[in-house]
Amino acid sequence: MGGSFTVNHFLYLLQGVGWTVVLSALAFALGGVAGFGVMLLRTARSALLRRISFLYVQLIQGTPLLILLFVVYFGLGVVGIELPPLLAAGVSLMVYCSAFLGEIWRGCVESVPRTQWEASEGLALTRWQTLVDVILPQAARIATPPTVGFLVQVLKSTSLASVVGFVELTRAAQVVNNSLFTPFLVFGIAGVLYFALCYPLSRWSRSLERKLNVGRRQAA
Amino acid sequence: MSAVVKLHDIHKSFGAIEVLKGVSFEIDRGEVVAIIGRSGSGKSTALRCINRLETIQSGTLEVCGHRLDQPTLDLRALRQDVGMVFQSYNLFPHLTVEQNITLAPRRVKRLPNSQARALAQESLERVGLAEKIDCYPEQLSGGQQQRVAIARSLAMQPKVMLFDEVTSALDPQLTGEVLRVMETLAQGGMTMAVVTHEMTFARRVADRVIFMHQGRVWETGPGEMLENPQTPELQAFLSNGL
Ligand SMILES: Nc1ncnc2c1ncn2[C@@H]1O[C@H](COP(=O)(O)OP(=O)(O)OP(=O)(O)O)[C@@H](O)[C@H]1O
Ligand SMILES: [Mg+2]
Repeated sequence: MGGSFTVNHFLYLLQGVGWTVVLSALAFALGGVAGFGVMLLRTARSALLRRISFLYVQLIQGTPLLILLFVVYFGLGVVGIELPPLLAAGVSLMVYCSAFLGEIWRGCVESVPRTQWEASEGLALTRWQTLVDVILPQAARIATPPTVGFLVQVLKSTSLASVVGFVELTRAAQVVNNSLFTPFLVFGIAGVLYFALCYPLSRWSRSLERKLNVGRRQAA
Repeated sequence: MSAVVKLHDIHKSFGAIEVLKGVSFEIDRGEVVAIIGRSGSGKSTALRCINRLETIQSGTLEVCGHRLDQPTLDLRALRQDVGMVFQSYNLFPHLTVEQNITLAPRRVKRLPNSQARALAQESLERVGLAEKIDCYPEQLSGGQQQRVAIARSLAMQPKVMLFDEVTSALDPQLTGEVLRVMETLAQGGMTMAVVTHEMTFARRVADRVIFMHQGRVWETGPGEMLENPQTPELQAFLSNGL
């Protein structure tokens, strides 16, 4: 019992940082792909597809991430699908990200003026060609700052994965604290490590936003 | 002379509001038709029906042999035959002038990249802007942007060109340079439908003028009809506008 915080403890926390990054990257990559699909459905021509995807987004956005985690990890376990904690957390976060990213990106796509669609369609481009060559490049500029901002949220949300036994940074800190009982020190360090991950991203997001605003002013 | 654009008894509503109340007119090959009329009279809507940016409720509509009132319509084939230029230019701001012009030919007509620049050059020469090929739209004046938009349309080799108040957003001196380009096109035999507030242009360049009023073709005739309006509505329109 007790003892003092050693280099080994710190290395254990750093390992947790590694897994936090891995989980975030997984969530973001999978969620990005799924979110792109959600964005396509949300802007589809078919009212039915728009409606279904709207319900999906409302459902996911209205559900706490923790509940999603429980559903995927424990719920699938009951029906005989045992996912390892990393995968369970990854899938839950993917679903979570897909709804939010899909909605962020839908807003960006819709903020490109309708007249760009009309000009493209008037030139005989297909809907898909218009999206890829005309709309998305313009939407991407607008989308980058909020997308990076959301990445920060996801990074912090991965701490919830500790409840299904995945040893990322928060779980690693719990483990260390359980043997040392120095919560201020251990969780303080964990907090600083989260900050060290998030701060550069926040800075990047804000500088992207500034650049975008400058670009706007010059274009006007 | 055969008509390349034929509208017959076109009705078009937005919700409960009927905007086109039985519009009929034809445009012959090589003919330049100016469409004039008060704001809200349905000029843009009529034009946008011709390349299917708007769908019609009833009537028959044939453009370059494409039946727009039939479900078998090949939309992309229609749009390759019909070019449209808008009041707000609608250039693609993230692409250079060259890319703006060659995007559709490359994607739709599979133009090889090696020939793209030559096509852009050739199209720009027709609007007198060859030196701007590598600029971005924001680096150009309004008049230059509009001429690029015309070049972009021309690069698809359309059989009919639609112009919707293409000079309305421009200063008077920039208006002139765009109108000159259009006049050259007209002299070159292009079939054109031009919605415009430029009465001098309508009188001088158009073979025929269509005056629209409250969703109907109210009066139509050669350019001289503007000197000698038959209906009180056209009379009122001309005396207010000039
Ligand atoms: N997408 C739309 N939805 C609803 N109403 C519309 C739409 N587009 C046009 N209208 C209405 O249809 C009528 C005719 O519009 P249109 O744009 O064809 O007129 P216009 O003759 O081109 O006028 P202007 O000279 O102002 O351009 C107007 O009353 C307008 O408000
Ligand atoms: Mg109009």
